[in-house]
Amino acid sequence: MAMADGWQIIQDNLDAFLAAAGVTVEVAVFGLALGFAGGVLLALSRLSSFKPLSWIATIYIEIIRGTPLLIQIFFIYFGFGAISPLLNFDALTAGILALGLNSAAYQAEIIRGGIESVPKGQMEAARSIGMTRMQAMRHVILPQSFRLMIPAMTNEMVTLIKDTSLVSTITVVELTFVGKQLTSRYLEAVPILGFVALIYFVMTFATSRAMRYLEHKYRIPGYGEDE
Amino acid sequence: MSQDEIIRAVNIHKSFKGHEVLKGIDLSISRQEVVCIIGPSGSGKSTFLRCLNRITEPDKGEVLFEGKSIMGPDVDIDEVRSHMVMVFQSYNLFLHLTAKKNIMLALEQVRGMGQEEAEARALDALSKVGLEAKADAYPGQLSGGQQQRVAIARAIAMEPKLVMFDEPTSALDPELTYEVLDVMKKLAYGGMTMVVVTHEMGFAKDVADRVVFMDHGVIVEEGDPDKIFTDPQNERTRQFLKRVLKDEPGPPPA
Repeated sequence: MAMADGWQIIQDNLDAFLAAAGVTVEVAVFGLALGFAGGVLLALSRLSSFKPLSWIATIYIEIIRGTPLLIQIFFIYFGFGAISPLLNFDALTAGILALGLNSAAYQAEIIRGGIESVPKGQMEAARSIGMTRMQAMRHVILPQSFRLMIPAMTNEMVTLIKDTSLVSTITVVELTFVGKQLTSRYLEAVPILGFVALIYFVMTFATSRAMRYLEHKYRIPGYGEDE
Repeated sequence: MSQDEIIRAVNIHKSFKGHEVLKGIDLSISRQEVVCIIGPSGSGKSTFLRCLNRITEPDKGEVLFEGKSIMGPDVDIDEVRSHMVMVFQSYNLFLHLTAKKNIMLALEQVRGMGQEEAEARALDALSKVGLEAKADAYPGQLSGGQQQRVAIARAIAMEPKLVMFDEPTSALDPELTYEVLDVMKKLAYGGMTMVVVTHEMGFAKDVADRVVFMDHGVIVEEGDPDKIFTDPQNERTRQFLKRVLKDEPGPPPA
């Protein structure tokens, strides 16, 4: 019976699935973290009054958003090594790097949007009481904008978690890679890929719930949609 | 310059997109003086105020604070601003911080105070505006009048040498205007140096040491409030006062 067989395959390979899920989580977490760090830098560059910096950030963001992620992954894995041996990354590093550099462009736009949606008077009030631009950013603008960007950030996180499946193409042994491997071994696509999809869903669902919790926890009383 | 002078603006010019908003403003303010700037909307009052601390950068002219120019690139403008703080029409309280934390932030970041000292100072400032009970409320949980009083507390907690008010009651309902003006009066009588851009003629009449009437980017007339309100010398001042005082609740007709 196919169902029983399917269940048996999953049970037999549970360790492999879990190990692969661990790699997926690793790629996603490091990719998002790298993307966040890069995103903050890019967003601040774009908003900078020093024009060349703003242009470089804009060009970077446009190129990343205008080309396929899969090509970016191939480029970093196969292409960078050709440019310099120093840039010869293993598959996992290349995968994390590609996702991180890609996500940085999207996160930059989310962060920029968040910063720009903080009312202008907030910066003026901070500056006119003697705070430096950096202090105002750090203590007034960013704390408010992070709260405002949670919904868009949730979207980006869920997208990136799903996009980690693309690094299977450069032989990172993550969920999709293992799913494909087991499918070709057992020729039982439905239960195996169904289980793989279920694991992705658990990850994305948990992420969006956690983000919703954060949104609620860090809501500003009397500000926005609460009470 | 007189010994008492705290700030002097010299020939301030400012244009926005080719439109000249300030056409050479000169004004000197003494310590403990309360100066009210009045005039029609678009006369450049607020822009002038914002040029005093360079939140808006003047195109031309100079501001001297305590006798020293604040225009050069080697001036620590942040330090200067911390001594001449501003209160805004839209309050501009930091929305993510409680009333108390709103006041503490600059004390800690700008004055370098420790948390305990800043907190004590914040609570003291809140009690001066009658809002110690709201120390832990967020701006969104306060009425407009209360928010503006917290903003005033935030300003005076810095122990500034000058407080600039930019139409502090224009966003408020009439019954809330009163509580803010009350706080400002107390401040003025306590010897605070104040520049107030306002539409509240009653306040200007009662509290100001000097009233400055601006129109079309120039100071048209300035002087003692009694003189300005009862015997304005310039036709534009007369027209303006006639227009705004008509709406003020005066004594009932006999």
